[in-house]
Amino acid sequence: MTTSTPPVAQHPGPAAQGGSQRSAASRFWRALTKTTTGQVYLALIAILVICWAVVAIKGSNLLTIDSITDMLIRSVALGIVAAGQTLVIIGMSLDLSVAWVISLTSIVAAVVMDGSNGNIVPGILAVLAVGAAIGLANGLIITKLRVNPFIATLGVALIIQSIIESNWDGVVEGVAKGFENSLGYSEIGPLPIAVLLLAAVYLAVWFLLRYTRFGHQLYAVGGSEEVSKLSGVRTHRVLITAHVICAVCAAITGLYLASRLGAGSPLVGTDGGYDLESIAAVVLGGTYLLGGRGSVLGTLAGVFILAILDSTFNALEVNAFAKDVVRGVIIIVAVAAYSFRAKGRRVRKIGAGPAATGNAPQTQTQGANA
Amino acid sequence: MSPGEESREAAGGAATATRSPLLQMRGIKKDFLGVHVLHGIDLECAAGEVHAIVGENGAGKSTLMKILAGVYTPSAGEIIIDGTPQKFNHPLEAQQAGVSIIYQEFNLLPDRTVAENVFLGREPKKGFIVDRAKMERDTAKLLHEFAPDDPIAPDELVGRLSVAQQQTVEIAKALSLDSKILVMDEPTASLAAHEVERLFDRVKRLRERGMAILYISHRLKEIFELAQRITVLKDGNKVKTVNADEVTSAELVKLMVGRELDQYFPPRGDPSKRGDVKLRVRGGATEVLSNIDLDIHAGEILGVAGLQGSGRTELARAIFGADPFLEGTVEIDGKPVKINSPKQAIAHGIGFVSEDRKTEGLTLAQSIRDNVALAWRGLARGRRSQLSINVKDLCQAVELRSRGGLGQEVRYLSGGNQQKVVIAKWLATEPQLVIFDEPTRGIDVGAKAGIHDLIRGLANEGVAVLMISSELPEVIGMSDRIIVMRNGQIAGELPAGPTEAEIMFLATGEEDIEAKTEADLAKIQEELSSAGEGGKS
Repeated sequence: MTTSTPPVAQHPGPAAQGGSQRSAASRFWRALTKTTTGQVYLALIAILVICWAVVAIKGSNLLTIDSITDMLIRSVALGIVAAGQTLVIIGMSLDLSVAWVISLTSIVAAVVMDGSNGNIVPGILAVLAVGAAIGLANGLIITKLRVNPFIATLGVALIIQSIIESNWDGVVEGVAKGFENSLGYSEIGPLPIAVLLLAAVYLAVWFLLRYTRFGHQLYAVGGSEEVSKLSGVRTHRVLITAHVICAVCAAITGLYLASRLGAGSPLVGTDGGYDLESIAAVVLGGTYLLGGRGSVLGTLAGVFILAILDSTFNALEVNAFAKDVVRGVIIIVAVAAYSFRAKGRRVRKIGAGPAATGNAPQTQTQGANA
Repeated sequence: MSPGEESREAAGGAATATRSPLLQMRGIKKDFLGVHVLHGIDLECAAGEVHAIVGENGAGKSTLMKILAGVYTPSAGEIIIDGTPQKFNHPLEAQQAGVSIIYQEFNLLPDRTVAENVFLGREPKKGFIVDRAKMERDTAKLLHEFAPDDPIAPDELVGRLSVAQQQTVEIAKALSLDSKILVMDEPTASLAAHEVERLFDRVKRLRERGMAILYISHRLKEIFELAQRITVLKDGNKVKTVNADEVTSAELVKLMVGRELDQYFPPRGDPSKRGDVKLRVRGGATEVLSNIDLDIHAGEILGVAGLQGSGRTELARAIFGADPFLEGTVEIDGKPVKINSPKQAIAHGIGFVSEDRKTEGLTLAQSIRDNVALAWRGLARGRRSQLSINVKDLCQAVELRSRGGLGQEVRYLSGGNQQKVVIAKWLATEPQLVIFDEPTRGIDVGAKAGIHDLIRGLANEGVAVLMISSELPEVIGMSDRIIVMRNGQIAGELPAGPTEAEIMFLATGEEDIEAKTEADLAKIQEELSSAGEGGKS
């Protein structure tokens, strides 16, 4: 069958329409359906509805104010680490040391505060400094010593682990009461302070990625280090900065957990599984594990999805095993969906290339005509 | 020889008129680990000039341009831009001196927008934040200036653009860098005909703006349309710089080729002993290839020539089922077959010695023994039991010499010996058709003869051989017949022992292929032999 399809009929001639005249509503709709981040939010809504329905059948309600607040609170710790993790993953790196950074900084907070409200500020500063220093070390090892990020941050994680284990065993008391009461449990209006902290971190990282040179260049470095270098980007500096911010985010999580527990704990990071869990949230949020593509708002949706699943399983009283199976399946399905999408895009790009041979485009069009 | 009148005028028209040319390269030499690639090349290009650089594959065009772009540092010689001697240690330094290069493989980020790509590394800032509006405005202005006929939205993702549009973005990036010298490496290689017209239009616009453009291309027609001067390179030497309006295409081809066949090749097979058709393709087409009609006989070596990007490798991959034919029929021994994966191809007795043996042909970290047995292990069990293999015998058959024995990891072998391992791997499957893609690439001269003997030996035993090579002497010296590819089609077929010029004419499409007959070829031959006088085409 020789269906003569008009060549170049559906070429992406996006320029013709121009972006500026579109109405705000259609732009929003486009952003929701056409971008990965938008689709992640659609998935979030779908999962929320399904979970709500399932829980409702069991006779309880997933969407009471209390349980929503509870889900948000659950999201804070993972959310903050995952925001930082998003940055390094966009830069085609990775940080496996975050869980131990969280443990270490929770202990640092307790030790420096030493039970006195007057030491809260020095405690916070010390925690941030420790986080920044570890991030700097990660970044330098990866860029200057050219160690694969996986190995570099795993190595740093082992070092931190042994420092913790040789100095502390068991809970470290000393987090100031004032700190515990303010960050950990107080509220402004209906919202817990912790949720505001989460929002602030996401706002800051979103702003960084979208509006600063650092953000632009981080996407570029993740997309292709070679292209970035040839365009005059200082790739090492960009990557090191991303690692510093990532570790500082982990340190903020450490602070937050210290305030919740009222103490530092050597195992608070690893028990929470924040290393792999944060990577899962980032990937679930549509960020490409090989760098250059992704958004921190997607990560937030990924974190919420995990929190909703958690709450649902708790409400249904399912055992831990089934819970992890479902989480695993969802993560795999999500990533498979993204990579099929990405593949579809590549094929389209080649199809849009030179139509030099004058061939009728293949199968798809023929099927459509038949 | 003085710069062409036209270029003088063009430069004179622009404000940048100067006595000395904008770019001078003098005595540029380059060697890689003692292998001399460039032997002292002089080149100059004036503002407002398009200067074409032509030569066969391996003539040194790309190396010379990479030196200009700061990718390589020359072993000797100097680069003078606007009267100032320059030393580039990094591509960025060349960029700052006003040199931009557009490679065949674009340097763009597909997941970022057009504006973000153009201003990468130099994002305009308003206070602390990136001034996206200005960035997009400036990009739109740049694009509009030299490409008004093909509007590209600055906020579109580069990955969604066509190849031609991506090229436009690359040019816009060069313009935004205020480049004075622009190098274009085979810019039309992946463009469709109407896109080529647009590109020419753009290049002419850039020329009028007083840019110096170095234009690398195999396509002589383009060169005559765009260039004022042409420099011909051959084997790392400059043959000549000529004014475009003073040569014919025949003369140019003669300058490019005309090398002595000084290499040894094994004697060709006896045509009368040529066997039946082993593989027949009719109307084969893929996304890249079209109208492929092909017969390969048992016991013959069918050579495949063609320029880079003409579809040679794609042809091999289609036959081998790696990127299978989407249309057309394939027959083996007269029986129709469907080959949709390499596994099926192997089951039908096809072997493929690929272009890049290090990533596609061998598992480098494994032993000779494992590599030789690799394809055999992939066979269906029934067939595997028919063919008992002895790795030692196979290695002897290909004259593989390894001091470390058969347990040696193949990564430690020389290029020639690695290639022999790949060949032994296919011998183990007792193939009836073996495809060689660039069989001697990266192999030193002495070992080349050994590989050539092996290939001829296979043919003498009745195996059908398809051999792709970009080295014309190799194709000519080895093949019993030659097909020449162009634009994903078979541009023509030549008998054993053609001249390099005949192949180049088919490959570059100087003449309309449909009309090409024996008589035409004879005429071209004649033209070539009397080219010394030089008439206008």
